[in-house]
Amino acid sequence: MTADLALIWPELILTIGGLVTLMLGTFLGDRQVGLYQLAALLTLGAAAVAVVALFGTHATVFSNTLSVDAFGGFAKLIIYGASAVSILVAPRFFTTGMRAEYPVLILFAALGMGIMASARDLMTLYVGLELNSLAAYVLASFMRTDERSSEAGLKYFVLGALASGMLLYGISLLYGFAGSTDFATIATRVGGELNIGLIFGIVFVLAGLGFKVSAVPFHMWTPDVYEGAPTPVTAFFASAPKVAAMALMTRVVVDAMGPAVGAWQQIVIFLALASIILGAVGAIGQKNIKRLLAYSSINNVGFMLIGLAAGTQLGVQAVLTYLLVYVVTTLGAFLVVLQLRDADGNQIESIPALAGLSERRPGLAAAMAVFMYSLAGIPPLFGFWPKYLAFQAAVNANLVPLAVAGIVASVIGAYYYIMIIKTMYFDDKSEVEISGGGNIVEGTIMTVSALWLSIVGYLFIPMLGAASAAAAAVLF
Amino acid sequence: MSGFPFLSLLLAIPAIAAVACLFVGDRNAKFVALGATLVNFALSLVMWSQFDIGGAQWQFQERSEGLFGPFDWALGIDGLALLLIVLSTFLMPLCILASWEAITKRVGLYMAMFLAMEVVMIGVFAAQDLLLFYIFFEAGLIPMYFIIGIWGGANRKYAAFKFFLYTLLGSVLMLIAMIAMIAEAGTTDIPTLMSYNFPVDMQTWLWLAFFASLAVKMPMWPVHTWLPDAHVQAPTAGSMILAGVLLKMGGYGFVRFMMPMFPEASAQLMWIVFALSMVAVVYTSLVALVQSDMKKLIAYSSVAHMAIVTAGLFAFNQQGIEGAMIVMLSHGVVSAALFFCVGVIYDRLHTREIDRYGGLAVNMPAYALFFMLFTMASIGLPGTSGFVGEFLSIAGIYEASSWVAFVCTTGIILGAAYMLYLYRRIVFGELTKDDVKAMPDLNPREWAIMAPLAAVALWMGVYPESFLAPMRGDVTTVVARLAPAKPAGDAHVSAGKPKAAEKHGEGHEVPAGEAHHAGGSQ
Repeated sequence: MTADLALIWPELILTIGGLVTLMLGTFLGDRQVGLYQLAALLTLGAAAVAVVALFGTHATVFSNTLSVDAFGGFAKLIIYGASAVSILVAPRFFTTGMRAEYPVLILFAALGMGIMASARDLMTLYVGLELNSLAAYVLASFMRTDERSSEAGLKYFVLGALASGMLLYGISLLYGFAGSTDFATIATRVGGELNIGLIFGIVFVLAGLGFKVSAVPFHMWTPDVYEGAPTPVTAFFASAPKVAAMALMTRVVVDAMGPAVGAWQQIVIFLALASIILGAVGAIGQKNIKRLLAYSSINNVGFMLIGLAAGTQLGVQAVLTYLLVYVVTTLGAFLVVLQLRDADGNQIESIPALAGLSERRPGLAAAMAVFMYSLAGIPPLFGFWPKYLAFQAAVNANLVPLAVAGIVASVIGAYYYIMIIKTMYFDDKSEVEISGGGNIVEGTIMTVSALWLSIVGYLFIPMLGAASAAAAAVLF
Repeated sequence: MSGFPFLSLLLAIPAIAAVACLFVGDRNAKFVALGATLVNFALSLVMWSQFDIGGAQWQFQERSEGLFGPFDWALGIDGLALLLIVLSTFLMPLCILASWEAITKRVGLYMAMFLAMEVVMIGVFAAQDLLLFYIFFEAGLIPMYFIIGIWGGANRKYAAFKFFLYTLLGSVLMLIAMIAMIAEAGTTDIPTLMSYNFPVDMQTWLWLAFFASLAVKMPMWPVHTWLPDAHVQAPTAGSMILAGVLLKMGGYGFVRFMMPMFPEASAQLMWIVFALSMVAVVYTSLVALVQSDMKKLIAYSSVAHMAIVTAGLFAFNQQGIEGAMIVMLSHGVVSAALFFCVGVIYDRLHTREIDRYGGLAVNMPAYALFFMLFTMASIGLPGTSGFVGEFLSIAGIYEASSWVAFVCTTGIILGAAYMLYLYRRIVFGELTKDDVKAMPDLNPREWAIMAPLAAVALWMGVYPESFLAPMRGDVTTVVARLAPAKPAGDAHVSAGKPKAAEKHGEGHEVPAGEAHHAGGSQ
């Protein structure tokens, strides 16, 4: 037991750090937000160091419920990074309403996500997922006085509860028919003859997880929640929880359902294609940039699922690489959205208001163009690389029709990405004055991520390949 | 000198200059761009002089193992790529000069996009790694999208979208094919893949996927419709580079990938290429004949010329492929020049309507002379570059199929019709319109663009050996690679009567004699 504790340092650090920040907030009040921010960032940094220290370890702890391995480590590093960025960008957004709870909630959400990424038992899976979700519901409605924010929180909560219900139903079926909540045991059971109960269990678990990654047809909440939630929170939702849910889904599919390829693969293929196509088509008519990015995230999840559908080590590697690149791109795009304020300091979310942005703010427009092309997967931007890996995994797993369908549908997605670029570069300047300024932290994060996503990223391929290969190897 | 990284340098100079252009302000950007492209041109000429004709197939090779993990920064060129690179570097300074006064807004960004375009073009021709090639190939969409969309004509947004999505849709299928090839052959190295024997049934699919991409890029009928739109809306220099080099990426892809990598499939499916080329030659020539917009007319003529390229390439013989390559080079120079000719008068009158002009020979004699030369080169008058290419390729096509040669020749006659008709309406006739009367003749800057283009068009026409020599060995390699799969032609060309009769008696293993024999028994 004590030995086990030594292996979950990242989780311990996050728990303690979260509680300390919470206590500080309770006693010092909301004026010391800078301090809480710093505490939260230090906590995340320490947790990340712990993850790196444990990267080579491969062990199971607490009666096989959690796995400490490179796969979880890879996901956690992305999660912590995304959480840190979400904390960094918050104060400028919540000019008046920044409260101590924000960093605390993000810390607890990160803790839950870390558990999700490490879970190898249906119970830990559920605990991690709910810990993350509960924090997320509160974060979505963080601006209590804002109608849209409250609506987003409520919508997220109701639909999230529905998804949790489905997931729990699936879990109970799997437990009932496989006789265990342990992934490895379930794998041996589904490796034999599949009965109707196990199939239903697989379907419901995947449906519940599909909701969390916002794969079509479980995506309905995404545009509304992304639009309504405060922008830093949206940036958080679009990045870290996606990583956790996708990592969890990967582990469930490969570890727990691995032998029953026929059962899960067709579901994942359906989710993948539906997400790519609907994510692309749904985005076309959008006038709100946050809604558009929501559809873009649905679309990108579809490509990750193509990698997952392959079910091979290469596929898992593609998913992990995709997650990293996607998170960097999405955070960058949301940072650009955060910079868009009119003369009165109000946030601008309408796409037509971006018209002529390249003449008002050339740097900002260029960064956005990089993010958009990267999300569309147009080389030489780095967004191409994970898409390539996903398609390669699919082709190598003899899923050529899936790859062809996916890549052809990606052209539909390219349409709305280049539409944004058209608005920024080709259209005449809009009426809306976009104020300058922005702080150095946000500017730096944006510049670094835009540079990384332009050609520089390719130099990281060997490193990224080695890390993702080590992470993916754990599952096989 | 062999260790000198010419190709990386050719890529680095415009790349650095492109970034610089964004920051140095509009006025300086022009000079930075012109300087960089001129240096690059000089460098490529040095490279040409260092190129060992008849030496190793691949020269100036550079390779950094494992820089990008699964794929490499692998560069290297053969004669085919060399000439196309020199074509690109030759046209770039002219394009920059052509936009010297025509582009007034956001000059820095414009120059940066053109330099990015140069990087992409050189990269496509120099890449020796399949993925590196794909990255360059696709990357060209981004600068061109900006060039058409920001500095284009009235309907530029539509044209930019159409260009981007059309070519993207084509390219993505090629990516899937590349992935399958890498999985099958276990390498991304282009020279290795060129001699790898893919299973025949797989070749068919790979061929079709590559064809989907390259046919759009080429462009072949019926997927050419993006080209007239893109050309009409693009600024003059954009059209020059689009017609001059970007279309050549398609032809280069045919001769670099489809033919040597999938010889059996190429032989099986050559009828598709021939059929589409025949339709394109006649149909687009007829369409060109009725255009009232100068740029559209030249755009359609590009489609017709490219159809001769595809037909020539798929003749599978030395003359056909060499001819097709010369048509590509010649078209690169001549169509760029023609688009510039259009640009010259467009800058003065701001309309592309043919009917708005007339009688320019009177007040713009120098312009009329150059325009005449390029018109003749486009038609294929002996002594100009067009003749060499068209003659060789049609001679090659004739060996493969006399019917295709017949139809392609018809296209050349139609080509003469629409080009001469265009020339007559613009340059000859009465000089009646007042605003046309007021148009001044070429200024020194325009001279500086016209003169090199004219010189090259004549050089290629009078002494094509300079251009044929570097590529001869490479074409022979491709022909040898295709030989086992090559279907018998219907023309039964033999090496001349007396010689053939002599060989006839010797036995059946002599191909020429075989062909003659078969011809006699028909």
